Amino acid sequence: MAGFLARRLLNYVVLVIVAASLAYMLAAMALDPRSNYADRTPKPPPAVVDAQLTALNLNDKTPLLQRYAVWAGGVLRGDLGMTVAGSPVGEDIKRRMGVTFRLVILGLLFGSLLGVLTGALAAVRQYGWFDRLSTGLSFLVLAVPVVVLANMLILLAGWANEHLFGRQVLLVSGEYSAGLDAGLWAQVVDRLQHLILPTVSLSVGLIAVFSRYQRNMMLDVLGADFVRTARAKGLSKRRALTRHALRTAMIPVVTYFAFTFGALLTGATFTEKIFGWHGLGEQLINSIFGNDVNTVAAISLLAAVAVLCAALAADLLHAALDPRVRS
Amino acid sequence: MTLSEEELAEELTEGPPPAVPSRARVVAGRFFRSAQGRVGFTVLALMFLLAFAGPLFSPWTYTDKDFTAFMQPPSARHWFGTLQTGSDVFAVTLRGMQKSLVVGLLAALVSTALAAVVGAFAGYFLGWTDRALSWVTDLLLVLPAFLILAILSPLFGPGQWPLFVVMLALFLWMVTSKIVRGMTVSLKEREFIQAARYMGVPPVRIIFRHVLPNLSSLLIVDATLNVSSAILTETSLSYFGFGIQPPDVSFGTLIADGSKTAIYAPWTFWFVAGLLVVTVLAVNLVGDALRDAFDPSSSRKGPR
Amino acid sequence: MNPGLPEGAAPGPVLEVSDLHVSFGGVRAVRGVSYSVRPGEVLGIVGESGSGKSVTTAAVMGLLPPGARVTGSVRLHGKELIGAPERVLNSFRGKSVSMVFQDPLSALTPVYRVGDQIAEAVRVHQRVSKETALVKALELLELVGIPRPAERALAFPHEFSGGMRQRVVIAMAIANDPDVIICDEPTTALDVTIQAQVLEVLKRAQAKTGAAIIMITHDLGVVAGFADRVLVMYAGRPVEVGGVDDIYYRARMPYTVGLLGSVPRVDRGGRQPLTPIEGNPPSPAALPPGCPFAPRCPMRIEACDEREPPLFEVGDGHRAACVRWQEVRPGPPAPPGGGPGPLRVRGARTVLAVRHLVKDYPLVKGAVFKRRVGTVQAVAGVSFDLRQGETLGLVGESGSGKTTTLTQILELTPPQEGDIVVLGHDIARLSRAERAEIRRDMQVVFQDPLASLDPRMTVHDILAEPLRTHGRRDPGRRVAELLALVGLDPSHAARYPQDFSGGQRQRIGIARALALEPRLLVLDEPVSALDVSIQAGVINLLDSLKARLGLSYLFVAHDLGVVRYIADRVAVMYLGRIAEIGHVEAVYDRPAHPYTQALLSAIPLPDPVRERSRERILLEGDLPSPANPPTGCRFRTRCPKFRHELTDGERGLCVRIEPEVRPLGADQGAACHYADKREVV
Repeated sequence: MAGFLARRLLNYVVLVIVAASLAYMLAAMALDPRSNYADRTPKPPPAVVDAQLTALNLNDKTPLLQRYAVWAGGVLRGDLGMTVAGSPVGEDIKRRMGVTFRLVILGLLFGSLLGVLTGALAAVRQYGWFDRLSTGLSFLVLAVPVVVLANMLILLAGWANEHLFGRQVLLVSGEYSAGLDAGLWAQVVDRLQHLILPTVSLSVGLIAVFSRYQRNMMLDVLGADFVRTARAKGLSKRRALTRHALRTAMIPVVTYFAFTFGALLTGATFTEKIFGWHGLGEQLINSIFGNDVNTVAAISLLAAVAVLCAALAADLLHAALDPRVRS
Repeated sequence: MTLSEEELAEELTEGPPPAVPSRARVVAGRFFRSAQGRVGFTVLALMFLLAFAGPLFSPWTYTDKDFTAFMQPPSARHWFGTLQTGSDVFAVTLRGMQKSLVVGLLAALVSTALAAVVGAFAGYFLGWTDRALSWVTDLLLVLPAFLILAILSPLFGPGQWPLFVVMLALFLWMVTSKIVRGMTVSLKEREFIQAARYMGVPPVRIIFRHVLPNLSSLLIVDATLNVSSAILTETSLSYFGFGIQPPDVSFGTLIADGSKTAIYAPWTFWFVAGLLVVTVLAVNLVGDALRDAFDPSSSRKGPR
Repeated sequence: MNPGLPEGAAPGPVLEVSDLHVSFGGVRAVRGVSYSVRPGEVLGIVGESGSGKSVTTAAVMGLLPPGARVTGSVRLHGKELIGAPERVLNSFRGKSVSMVFQDPLSALTPVYRVGDQIAEAVRVHQRVSKETALVKALELLELVGIPRPAERALAFPHEFSGGMRQRVVIAMAIANDPDVIICDEPTTALDVTIQAQVLEVLKRAQAKTGAAIIMITHDLGVVAGFADRVLVMYAGRPVEVGGVDDIYYRARMPYTVGLLGSVPRVDRGGRQPLTPIEGNPPSPAALPPGCPFAPRCPMRIEACDEREPPLFEVGDGHRAACVRWQEVRPGPPAPPGGGPGPLRVRGARTVLAVRHLVKDYPLVKGAVFKRRVGTVQAVAGVSFDLRQGETLGLVGESGSGKTTTLTQILELTPPQEGDIVVLGHDIARLSRAERAEIRRDMQVVFQDPLASLDPRMTVHDILAEPLRTHGRRDPGRRVAELLALVGLDPSHAARYPQDFSGGQRQRIGIARALALEPRLLVLDEPVSALDVSIQAGVINLLDSLKARLGLSYLFVAHDLGVVRYIADRVAVMYLGRIAEIGHVEAVYDRPAHPYTQALLSAIPLPDPVRERSRERILLEGDLPSPANPPTGCRFRTRCPKFRHELTDGERGLCVRIEPEVRPLGADQGAACHYADKREVV
């Protein structure tokens, strides 16, 4: 088992390396840091620009492979290079990582738990009112892209604050109110107020996806022979469903988890950008516009690592849930 | 055997054409019997009609600017109101819808075709072919599509949208391809494929004659659902300025502009957002109804 | 309507079903079933697929899928169950009435330990602690004959073989000392030697609990040996009910007679053709107006089409639904087994020769965490040959290596070890042209007639594919010819395989195999997916085609009865090797290998008197893992001779040396050091 895990890990590491290298090459080819200097007044002399770009390992006159070698060498030593502004990429990213992962993990927890629950309930009463309602809602939600959903939430929150609460309950910008000088409790409440909408916008889609998937898996299992055996033993329908059907139907859903993680990261990017959270996603979008090759590459590397960690976690979870995989 | 045989033969000779309905007709029949299918199809057809025939009825084109009306709410003159620039929201929205629909359709077709071929080859040949193709699939799955497309966005200059379609398709096929691969592996064990092999039919011909036609229901459903994910991806990319570039407009660019003014000029946001949601919803409904129509056992788990 | 069966004197019936109807959205699957069982009685319910026998029991258990409409009455100890509240049903399910299902592989929840699943069955109905329930579970496992129960209770279902899983299901069924055990095809998915074991366990379970058993099956042999009374169902209705001897020896319904006549039997040599029932069972959605069997009945008269005949009282406790029951006569009595028939002189030309064939597979474990844990020797040195015009039956249970042998021949890739010579060409050294030639001259017919035909192609395209592949243009005429050859209407070429019945589909499969006028036909279980009454027609067709077209057949099957009918020679495989090979009559009448003897004796005969008086050689345990076969003789771990007859000195040879096939007669050979011919059927 250990040897096997090591092989699997190695495979993942290779994938991460290739993926990150690919991302670097693409970024280095597609982005043009030199253009950042074009709009400056006074226009800096070309030699100065060249020198600066070379110092940052961004000079497009240096062959791509050479720049790549410098970057890769740095990454291996734990140095992610410099931003276009000349500060180390690593520091900024470390700070933003916490912001992004807080959002992603909360969204994931809410999304998958509520989704699985909804799907299971819908499957048990197939064609009941709950099934129809959840099916209808998830169809609707799946038709709304995160960017639209987030904007709708902002508009709705504005309306609700004004007409329902009469004060600012749902806060739509940033992670916390800057300069809020209050006790610990007030700080926590403030953070929660900021957290609600982004988490909702991130997890609603996930709930829809997971509930559909769990419902289908559950329906597959409901007709299975072993559920009939459980009923024939004298178990009530509810017990047969929760103990035998739900438990077994969870297994494929867990593997599905790995697939959704990439989409979740993308969703987090949109959410951050729209709600003004200073996370990795926002930085990614900013750095693409800023032609910041090294930051883009570093974030891609992190994204690849995160996706593969999710895949590995899914594998382990699968093994934990399914004895057929373990032995 | 004889008795029923004769009865069947009688049936055949009585009616002029053979009394066996074709599969396409059966599927179409099931599709249109479901409320979901009917609603989805009707709405989608209306959306297409609106996008492509609608502009004919509007006095404004999407490039026209009415310098007498900036940021005006909907009126008889401007059905959906106007933008800050004086553009007619109705005309601009329909133009964006055209672009989004075309981009979505093309990207879905390309990606499904790619998924079918890659998945079927990997699943049929297994061994090294499979390992190489699966590795590429995994690699593309590791990187969120949005990231790569965003990085490549400087390449999609104005008027370069076909390149954008290709790139979009390039990041939509992986999951389908994995499903196709899995199904091919099990189809390959099916006896009719073995029969063809033992008959001496060459592998590539088996893939195109036996494997892919038998996955056609999956592929059709998938292509349909890919239309919606292509539209959604396009919207998100364009929203951040990574997709369709001005002067072209699409749902994404319109929503990005509209969301900035949505609070005080709701018409700039809600019309386009609403049309987008309705379009994608209709596509999804069609896809789901198609899935049920192809495989009645998938949802109606009644007695067999 | 139909009054219940006559009630015996002493104990009243435990379960009484009367006038049960079940319909699914207008389709009437069960149309008036009545029966009752007394404590300790075994009622056999026999019928082909679609006869409504399984739906009947699901209705009794209250486990029908939602959309089903049930009317009639099911009384357990006089208490009505139809329409009873769910809570009441839950309290009797698994306690008073329990059930054993057909497919043991999927009947257990894969994620829970076997012991816990049995303990759960105990705890649903008895207020005992977890520990007590587990102790009870161990006792039950012991009772159903699972070795080392304390250890096996901790295993997961996938770690059990099919036979062992069925034992677990039986253990669950008897956990609460039920009054009625319903067995729905409990041994259909199992190999014949395992079937014998499981039936033995069921008998033991019955003796322990004193329960009545309702045995649903399509296998007339199982019923003959097991049931006291038999109910024959056709098109959702009982057509004949009676004591087991009445049904088998004094059948009064032409369907029962036809069914009994179409069973290929291991105890009948001499190659008389089987008598199939014409036509196909009617679809429950489109029943004929009168007697549903009339369209297939050899004794049909006009009155049959007028209305459905009721069950006539034809004897003491014997009823049959036929207006002409007085004229119905059971089939001719079984001719005596007799000595081996005249040995035919074998043809001179060899069409297929396999010598010392070996095939290993890597043994991979785990679905996600795949890793190689060993090597399975699926085929370990198999040799046989097949001459022109001959049929060789290759028989064996699952895991015997017969399918691997077949695949090796069909793949035309060089074998790992040994030689395969097809039609004079060694397949290790094939040129392109030779390969194409073999692909033309050797054709295959598969087991599942639906799976072997591409559902997206019309019958015409299916039959034309081999012709086009081998460069024949304009296949239209040949397609019509082929359809006529296999007894189908050529005008049906435009239809899809789904529009045909199982038997007809298999005929299409045979027609496709014959398209290129092959010389060698490989038949992989060609009739095992078909109902008995249909199967006989296909066997007869294959037999006549062979004679007409001068074909040679390699016929792989697990059903030894079928093989006796069609084959000239038979090879019995066990764990990757041939145990016995020879002329059919010789091997069946006087098998020499202990495995062949056990195999033949395990097959239930559709003849109650003989079946009950037979001495059965029961094999113990499961097939050993092919990844780790026993040293010396592979059969010795289960060999009754090795266990009970040989001395320690004699056993040494079995442990040390793997026996090769030795000739024992004109055309018979067995791979046993102590081969000894014996009559077993």
